[in-house]
Amino acid sequence: MREIITDVAIVGAGSAGLSAAYQAASAGADVLVIDENARPGGQLFKQIHKFFGSKEHQAGTRGFVIGEQLLDKVEKSGAKVLLDSLVYGLLPDKSMGVISKGQNYSVKAKKIIIASGAKENYMAFPGSTLPGVMGAGAAQTMINVNRVLPGERILMVGSGNVGLIVSYQLMQAGAEVVGIVEGAPKIGGYGVHAGKIRRAGVPIYVGHTVERVFGKEEVEGAQIVAVDDKWNKIPGTEKTFDVDTVCLAVGLNPMTELVWMAGCQFDFIPSFGGHVPLHDENMETTVEGVYVAGDVTGVEEASSAMEEGNMAGVAAAEALGYLEHEEAERRKQEIRGRLNTLRSGMFGAGRRSAKEKQLEDMKSYLAAHKRTAAEQKEEVFFA
Amino acid sequence: MREGVAYTGIPSAEELAACPGVPSAERMAKGRVAVIECVQEIPCNPCENACHFGAIEIGEQITNLPVLHEEKCTGCGLCVANCPGLAITVIDKTYSDTEAVIEFPFEYLPLPAVGDTVDAVSRGGEVLCKGTVTSVRKIKAYAGTAVVGIAVPKEYADDVRSMKRLKRG
Repeated sequence: MREIITDVAIVGAGSAGLSAAYQAASAGADVLVIDENARPGGQLFKQIHKFFGSKEHQAGTRGFVIGEQLLDKVEKSGAKVLLDSLVYGLLPDKSMGVISKGQNYSVKAKKIIIASGAKENYMAFPGSTLPGVMGAGAAQTMINVNRVLPGERILMVGSGNVGLIVSYQLMQAGAEVVGIVEGAPKIGGYGVHAGKIRRAGVPIYVGHTVERVFGKEEVEGAQIVAVDDKWNKIPGTEKTFDVDTVCLAVGLNPMTELVWMAGCQFDFIPSFGGHVPLHDENMETTVEGVYVAGDVTGVEEASSAMEEGNMAGVAAAEALGYLEHEEAERRKQEIRGRLNTLRSGMFGAGRRSAKEKQLEDMKSYLAAHKRTAAEQKEEVFFA
Repeated sequence: MREGVAYTGIPSAEELAACPGVPSAERMAKGRVAVIECVQEIPCNPCENACHFGAIEIGEQITNLPVLHEEKCTGCGLCVANCPGLAITVIDKTYSDTEAVIEFPFEYLPLPAVGDTVDAVSRGGEVLCKGTVTSVRKIKAYAGTAVVGIAVPKEYADDVRSMKRLKRG
């Protein structure tokens, strides 16, 4: 097995991973980013809409342009990006098992940043296994990356920002969206995203759920039904739609497999998508030298992921001696300020309190336990 | 069904009346002006930076609602394409004796051409009347968003906010 030795190894070349790579490499660290996809950028290159946020977050710039700019910065920083490469294991001595283009590698790093992102939740209902039922993120990849329309007539399930934005983009790509179904009594995402959908004539059915999807070989139609405040279906309120595609935008959950494998301690925060790793202000987990950033730490959005990546990259560079403490502190202070801005307002306050809980739980954990020194654990692991 | 943007995706009359981005009736009567229908505190401020006249203010806390200083607004429309939420229109109620012009962001292809007759739609997508396309602008600063102007009968000026998408090829 070939061995690759680096200062910082980053898993995932999405918003968080690329930001971390830029920070660590521009400080002088030797950085390797590993991603299983053929192209870097994670979800950024699927985002054809203009981002929110502030000037510092390039608000008003379309997601794919932010992706291009970030990628350019990473290339200039000297970080290496290994694509088509799967990290299948992470050992306590911080060596990773990687398969790259059919070859096995062992990647040994002083610091590891896991920025593996999140995956879409699934929802079961009669007919949910029929071809034509797919994640909204999958539909977004089809239209915006592969330029293929998943269907002509679409029912969207879920009115969070993903459901709203992907519905809009499906219409931009030429499909009809017959409606958006939302179980809760309120629309989940931003009113302005919902407004675009409504101006296009698409109804949003709050307080409704999918009753069933029908079709012989593939989706031919869908039936929805109203639910009461205890989520019981209300008979007689069924509506049927002639659709060929049903998209599910019912939340995401962090892809934490490697974090578990590293032996990190976890928190359970439902609003962040379930089990999320404990981490400190530096994004370092309970295992020394293993950092996390982006949706793997709790599902938020791209701008927050980039800032968490910046934080992990700066912290790792500082820990390796590439940044003076004062300089690192100055940068971290700026990043914290921007993160607080993103985690405010009626949609962000919940994320801020969830993140505060996660940081508090980390403090309690560290008060009671020492952070695991990865190297010490090695013997036990191989015993 | 309950009213309001959180339930329907359409700001209610009360929400619009309380919205600091919506100009007064007096200002509207004077001609071109930005109408910022942004009623939820979301972290976003490109409109403030887009305005060259200091007519839009959000401040340090970017979740603040944009405040329109209506006396400073020239109706230039740079903010229209710069709002990621597509929540801004420019309205000119002085266009003619009988018609007003609504300029709105439009991100669907095909684009209409000046002089075309199109279906003018409300915030809920309902076709209210016919509109005549007065302008179609797509400059670099708009970053891919087109801004389309349509003239509609004056009585619809407070309700028309977009046009029905056109059929493809």
